[in-house]
Amino acid sequence: MISSAIIPQPLARLPWRLIFLVTAIAGFGLINLYSAAGGSIYPWAIKQGAAFVLFLTLAVFLSKVREETVKQVTIPVYLAIVVMLVLTDLLGFVGKGAQRWLDLGIIRLQPSEFMKPAIALMLARFYDLLPAGDIRSFRAIWPAAALIGVPAGLIILQPDLGTGLMVCFAGVTVMFLSGVPLRWFLIPGGALAALVPIIYHFLHGYQRKRIDIFLDPESDPLGAGYHITQSKIAIGSGGLFGKGFLQGSQSHLQYLPEGHTDFAFATLAEEWGMVGGSLVILAYLLVLRWCLGVAAGASTRFARLSCAGLTAVLFSYFAINLLMVTGLAPVVGIPLPLISYGGSAVMTVMICLGLLMSFERQQRTGSRLT
Amino acid sequence: MSRFTTGQADLVFSRRMLVVGGAQFAVAGALVGRLGWLAIRENDKYNLLSESNRVQLIIVPPRRGWIVDRNNKEIATNRSDFRVDLIPEQVKDKDRTVALLAELLALSPDEIDRITRELAAARTFQPVQVAENVPYERYAAVTVRLPELPGVQPSRGFSRFYPAGPAVAHLVGYVGTPSAEDYQRTKDPLFLTPGVKIGKQGLEKTLEPYLRGTPGGQRIEVTASGRLVKELDPKPDRSGQVVQLTIDAGLQEYVARRMGDQSGALVALDVDSGDILAFVSMPAFDPNSFSSGIGRTEWKMLSEDDHIPLLNKVSQGLYPSGSTIKPAMALGFLKQGVDPHTHINCPGGLRIGNRYFRCDDVHGSMDMHSAIERSCNTYFWAMGLRTDPEATTEMVHYLGYGEQFPDLPLTTQRFGTMPSPKWLEQKYKRKWQGYDSANTSIGQGYVLVNPLQLAVMPGRLASGKLIQPRLLLNAPRKPIPPVDVDPQHLQIVREAMAAVVNGRGTAVASKLPIDGVLMAGKTGTAQVFRLIQRKVANSNWALRDHALFVAFAPADKPRYAIGCIIEHGGFGASAAAPVVKDSMTYLFDPAKAMAALEPLEQQWGGTLAERNARRSAAFKAAAEAKAAAAAAATSA
Repeated sequence: MISSAIIPQPLARLPWRLIFLVTAIAGFGLINLYSAAGGSIYPWAIKQGAAFVLFLTLAVFLSKVREETVKQVTIPVYLAIVVMLVLTDLLGFVGKGAQRWLDLGIIRLQPSEFMKPAIALMLARFYDLLPAGDIRSFRAIWPAAALIGVPAGLIILQPDLGTGLMVCFAGVTVMFLSGVPLRWFLIPGGALAALVPIIYHFLHGYQRKRIDIFLDPESDPLGAGYHITQSKIAIGSGGLFGKGFLQGSQSHLQYLPEGHTDFAFATLAEEWGMVGGSLVILAYLLVLRWCLGVAAGASTRFARLSCAGLTAVLFSYFAINLLMVTGLAPVVGIPLPLISYGGSAVMTVMICLGLLMSFERQQRTGSRLT
Repeated sequence: MSRFTTGQADLVFSRRMLVVGGAQFAVAGALVGRLGWLAIRENDKYNLLSESNRVQLIIVPPRRGWIVDRNNKEIATNRSDFRVDLIPEQVKDKDRTVALLAELLALSPDEIDRITRELAAARTFQPVQVAENVPYERYAAVTVRLPELPGVQPSRGFSRFYPAGPAVAHLVGYVGTPSAEDYQRTKDPLFLTPGVKIGKQGLEKTLEPYLRGTPGGQRIEVTASGRLVKELDPKPDRSGQVVQLTIDAGLQEYVARRMGDQSGALVALDVDSGDILAFVSMPAFDPNSFSSGIGRTEWKMLSEDDHIPLLNKVSQGLYPSGSTIKPAMALGFLKQGVDPHTHINCPGGLRIGNRYFRCDDVHGSMDMHSAIERSCNTYFWAMGLRTDPEATTEMVHYLGYGEQFPDLPLTTQRFGTMPSPKWLEQKYKRKWQGYDSANTSIGQGYVLVNPLQLAVMPGRLASGKLIQPRLLLNAPRKPIPPVDVDPQHLQIVREAMAAVVNGRGTAVASKLPIDGVLMAGKTGTAQVFRLIQRKVANSNWALRDHALFVAFAPADKPRYAIGCIIEHGGFGASAAAPVVKDSMTYLFDPAKAMAALEPLEQQWGGTLAERNARRSAAFKAAAEAKAAAAAAATSA
């Protein structure tokens, strides 16, 4: 921690190591967006940079919020988001072939984004309220399952499978860490595996196609398998050190679709090679380690589970996007925050990090006070 | 079960945190491993894919290799012509452009339909052919209006040109646009390039790998949507190899002209090397018109002709050898110990079994020399009965009749039959009879030979070497074994053949007009129709006998051998021998041979080219008149 007489105390108390890491990732992302636009800060890098500064500031403000306040607003905020999700499904207009936006007249809100941190906090709050002795009973299971299932179901209905899966993942991680007996994971896990063919049957046409293509991308190299094929070509042709800044042919000649959004990592790996790609993965891993460190060091059960849940949100962004881009998972529209162009992912990540920073600050100050 | 306490919950939390942290670390590790797999292990594969995305190749077809004769005279070359192509990517208004081009170039509705179709299916920068072989005036008309025709690319291309036209038609064949099946079989992108021609027949087809060359390319960088980004350094094309033939182009053309309007084939060989100097089958089509796509009328004219100009008679025509078989037969007799001075009386025929075989004449007392000289059948019938037919026929086959020449680069080769008792047993399951010997010894019955064999047989007799006919001058030369007979026996046969032309023989009218050079030869007349009485001059061309002549010269120090067949030419001495005489003369004194040709061509009504032009004009006029009459009939 930096401490000096010159730097004011509130500023010095910020977790600079994390801010530095996040800024480094975002900076690399901006350089990549500059390249993806053919060597121009317009239209993406400039907007993304502004969004980053804005939401980093938001995160710093969030870090000032006390744990008690977070605890108090968790349930109302969660319920409000569920209501908004219902409204979105009912009233939301069709954008990108899916109903994901809630138009409030002034701004368009994507409630599913807010649900990602909210589900982590909500489940943490639930297990915080649950008496320790009940953790092995069914009472520890069904409310949690409902708390996850309702918003996740509403999101999948939009339809937005990727976000729905992320909400489930964050929720289930909190359940796992709360101490729910392992059989509650193993039995439904097995049942789910058995249900996969049936779920597959009920998937939307485009979702089902994405899974088909994932299982055999070469079956349709110019059609729906095009994304995965071109992404693998971009990464594979980058080699160890890449083709050089502004030299990526896959992205610059538009063979790589969505080269600035969902597949921005492929653009990056093409120009910076395996070395550049691995640096991004390493930076993310360090961020995740910091987050898990906060979770492990938290003194209250609510803080502990919240931190772990928020970390799970960050991790699921990272894992789903990179597994997809490298051809290890089907195409689901999950961006890589800070690297992919798009303000909402930056916002969600910064909300998560802001809350984590808040818990971390209270750990330090709290321990000092007690 | 004990109650779960807060402390226990903390313990479970830390344990499970380890699991979660470990899982996250494992996923990150797997991702780095995956990057390594894609970017390092599979790097070559993806580099290639990325390059093939980035770079498109506009194929520049290579220039086809020339075919030249033994003296480097051109047999097949490339003539520059004008062509017009369309670059689909740059065309603004497809319908208007095609309509205007159709007007300027006078395109047929079929062509317009093809262009529209190809334009719709075209992929970005690969040009679509509009027209080739465009006359200069039309080409100029397109060039003038280029500013209003974006995407139209007038250029100079190359088309195949055969200076000697029909004279080399059956030798070199012709080239043509690759068919859809050709492309399906090879998947060669070159085949889709406008203006590319591949060998379709003859040497053009068999020598395709040498003649084609390597295509070059203009490499361009394009975006996924097909927009040109920049041009990269071009890859130069490599022209096809020049192929040098053993052919003497002057002789080839001379022979073709000397044949006149007759239907026949002639092969000339160098007797020491087996080099084929002339390979002529007449009449023939003009390979130049095949190369630029043959017209319907011309095709009809060629396919309706009873002289079958589309058939390569050298390699695919089979004929009874007639009496040309006799020198080879005689050598077979000698090998079996027949005394050449044994005399046999020819009373005008011979009874074999219950059938009387009639000779051409009453020759009286004949020995081997005079029997070859005068072509006495009775001598050969009688000797055939005294010797072993298996050994005799084997000698004839050994000298080339019925032999396949696998080294020749021919698309098809029909090699006929030289019958023998063994062959007959196998093929027809019957014993060799006296009349089989009789028929075979005068080259009738089952005997069928092609014109190549007609030249190889006298060539082997003349040089005493077991030569193989060759067409490629630079192909490796194999050692040539000597003919396995007593050289004195060969001398006896050669002298008899010399007497055929220079003594009191059947072809004395065809002595070479050159001092000190004697030609040796043997006539042959092959019955086409068994029922027709010999010597009856039949007015029906298709029923007349084939005339054959085999020869070599000079008789004392042989250098060249010629085999010739004139279909339905009648008696060998009258139709085939004069053609051979003039062709042989050409080899020693071209000027004298040309002098002999001129009066003949005047008599026939012009040179080969002039007569061909006149004939096709007449055919076209007749076809048009017929069409007009039909139209008049329907309208009336």
